[in-house]
Amino acid sequence: MELVLTPDEQAFRDEVRGFLESAVSDEIRRKTMTGYRLSREEHVAWQKQLYERGWIAPGWPVEYGGTGWTPMQKHLFEEECALAGAPPVIAFGVVMVAPVLMAFGSSWQKEYYLPRILRSDDWWCQGYSEPGSGSDLASLQTRAELNGDHYLVNGQKTWTSLAQHANRMFCLVRTSSEGKRQEGISFLLIDMDQPGVTVRPIRTIDGSTEINDVFLEDVRVPVHDLVGEENRGWTYAKYLLGHERTGIAAVGRSKSQLRRLRQISSVEMSDGRPLLEDERFREKIAGLEIDLLALEALVLRVLSDETAGKGPGPEASFLKIRGTRLQQGITELLFEAVGNYAHPYIPEAMQTGWNEDPVGPEHAAAIAPHYFNWRKASIYGGSNEIQKNIIAKAVLGL
Amino acid sequence: MSFTFTEDQRLLAESADRFVENEYDFSARREAMALDGGFSRETWNTFAELGWLALPLPGDCDGLGGSTVDVAVLLESLGRGLVVEPYQSAIVLGAGCVTTAGSTEQRRRILPAVAAGEHLLALAHVEPRSRYALAHVETAASRDGSGWRLEGAKAVVHNAETADTLVVSARSAGATTDRDGITLFLVDRDAAGVSLRSYPTVDGLQASEVTLDGVTVGDEAVLGEVEDGLSAIEAVVDRACVLLCAEAAGAMDAAVRLTTAYLKERRQFGVPIGSFQSLQHRAVDMLGAQQFARALMYRAAGVIDGADPLERARAASAAKVEAGRAGRLVGQEAVQLHGGMGMTDEMAIGHYFKRLSTIDAQFGNTDHHVRRFAALA
Repeated sequence: MELVLTPDEQAFRDEVRGFLESAVSDEIRRKTMTGYRLSREEHVAWQKQLYERGWIAPGWPVEYGGTGWTPMQKHLFEEECALAGAPPVIAFGVVMVAPVLMAFGSSWQKEYYLPRILRSDDWWCQGYSEPGSGSDLASLQTRAELNGDHYLVNGQKTWTSLAQHANRMFCLVRTSSEGKRQEGISFLLIDMDQPGVTVRPIRTIDGSTEINDVFLEDVRVPVHDLVGEENRGWTYAKYLLGHERTGIAAVGRSKSQLRRLRQISSVEMSDGRPLLEDERFREKIAGLEIDLLALEALVLRVLSDETAGKGPGPEASFLKIRGTRLQQGITELLFEAVGNYAHPYIPEAMQTGWNEDPVGPEHAAAIAPHYFNWRKASIYGGSNEIQKNIIAKAVLGL
Repeated sequence: MSFTFTEDQRLLAESADRFVENEYDFSARREAMALDGGFSRETWNTFAELGWLALPLPGDCDGLGGSTVDVAVLLESLGRGLVVEPYQSAIVLGAGCVTTAGSTEQRRRILPAVAAGEHLLALAHVEPRSRYALAHVETAASRDGSGWRLEGAKAVVHNAETADTLVVSARSAGATTDRDGITLFLVDRDAAGVSLRSYPTVDGLQASEVTLDGVTVGDEAVLGEVEDGLSAIEAVVDRACVLLCAEAAGAMDAAVRLTTAYLKERRQFGVPIGSFQSLQHRAVDMLGAQQFARALMYRAAGVIDGADPLERARAASAAKVEAGRAGRLVGQEAVQLHGGMGMTDEMAIGHYFKRLSTIDAQFGNTDHHVRRFAALA
């Protein structure tokens, strides 16, 4: 057991830090840190910067354009990005669909899509959930019928994050109603830029529209966009879930948000002194900081297991549960921290190009929407209750 | 950075687990508790033979020079068996003080006998009114000719009755809660003026209220520098906190296993109660709490050797908070999920609950350490 960074790891971290210092503009940093929304162009521009540095896909094998970093290096990279206020890399392409293509895709799919993912030429979205299929995903009903050299897809996907930006969707569809429900599902790559695909935004409790309904009516998908074999899509989707589980803990992001919480609490006044000097509030922050330390410690343990060749087991579900609870806990304390200025709702203030004076302190504008928005974290990606079902079955054998 | 056990640590864990499994089942523990002094000398000798007593002691005193992580590995395993032998009081606290504060002569005289299992130490620091404030020392040390005279009372001194030597803290200068002015003394348990009121503790261990009534000791009994005892106490107690967390990690692991087994075996409404989702999720919460507390404990153990006092204190307090929160959840839920059986003295599970509860109440509970951690930011 060696619980401090090796000199190599320190050097690596410094290199990453140096890059980020010049690469992340003040404007982007300010927006990311205050929780303002980035435009599609801003996201893509950042990802292209990472691509040019060779760092867009740390999780990929080197032969496909990965970095060859150790699990620890990948972790340090993510953490430094979050601390520097770099925009998060949109996961759907690089982190989610790409590993599936590498493992199960045809050589054409790999040659065509993987370089486009690296260059952020495509924006992918995930077509899994349906109105009747949330936690019980295998009940999905969107149908794909083979019609000569293409499939005709009909159905509806929902909760589709950032589909408004996407030109590609990886999608689970039903190709058979025989046998077990899981055995009739296929994994298709869908071109969103065609008639028959309708994206309709869903307004969420924070006032934003980051998720969507996606209606699919006689959508044509060439057979070369079927991943792997027909009716094996469930296996591929499960493979994806087993990938890169430590990132879901969002240690770097929570670290950076806790710093922000401290900073805001040091300028918000309460009873004539900084809120940070209020014992009760300070101890609540300390409670979250200890949560973060424990989360980080378990992440490091899982990374060590990975380095030793043991893949992340179902225990990684704990990282999802604890990580999301911590993220939510921080947004909750931020909400408390700004007091009365949790009230004003001025969504334009969070958009690019708004130049008016803020109402109240600038740091307060996005805080309440953020608190509301982050309730999603314990619901998406397999709700925290589903994660507990997984652990109960796979670890405890119940 | 690596969280993986070294080969030596893996072997140590294996051998301690094997010991608990083969030689320290619940009835063996009961038998040891019923012996004079509340533990088995025979077991203690086995610990000595296995090198466990020597593990954290310095190499020039017949010790093995093990790190805090090494000791944590051992104590995690011993925690699984709720071992009642006085490892925390004699080795972690008592020998810890001698190692940290003692002169070369004192270390060489005392520690080899400790490693051999022939000499037992106990730390008499906490007082009836000190609660968790380590600087609060009312026991007085005054000059008496060329030596010292000690007056005062020490509270809940674990394993004092069986100790050969007590490490006693006393105030030789300053006001009751001053950081400066505390001096450590080595006091024979049999010395004139030392009286003990001994009792069992709720978790099956032994402790005493110690009264010091005009105890006289020579200058050679001073451990470390006069009036500078607190820094040693703090270093030893921070390490002890982490090692209590190690014991808690093992106890929680056992409690989760026992509870899971019970959920599979106990049938109601015609099915194992473990098929009920509400109980499954609670068992998962227990396991999660244990995993995070264990990971943070090892992180703390790995950084405190050689850390500056601030970093050491933050690491120890964070680990203690996490273990306190987790221990309460695991202990209470373990009893609840056992239903009425969890309330019986006969079942092991309640004893895990009790030990996890007392660990939180030693050297600062969860609230105390949250406050300390917050103040150190």
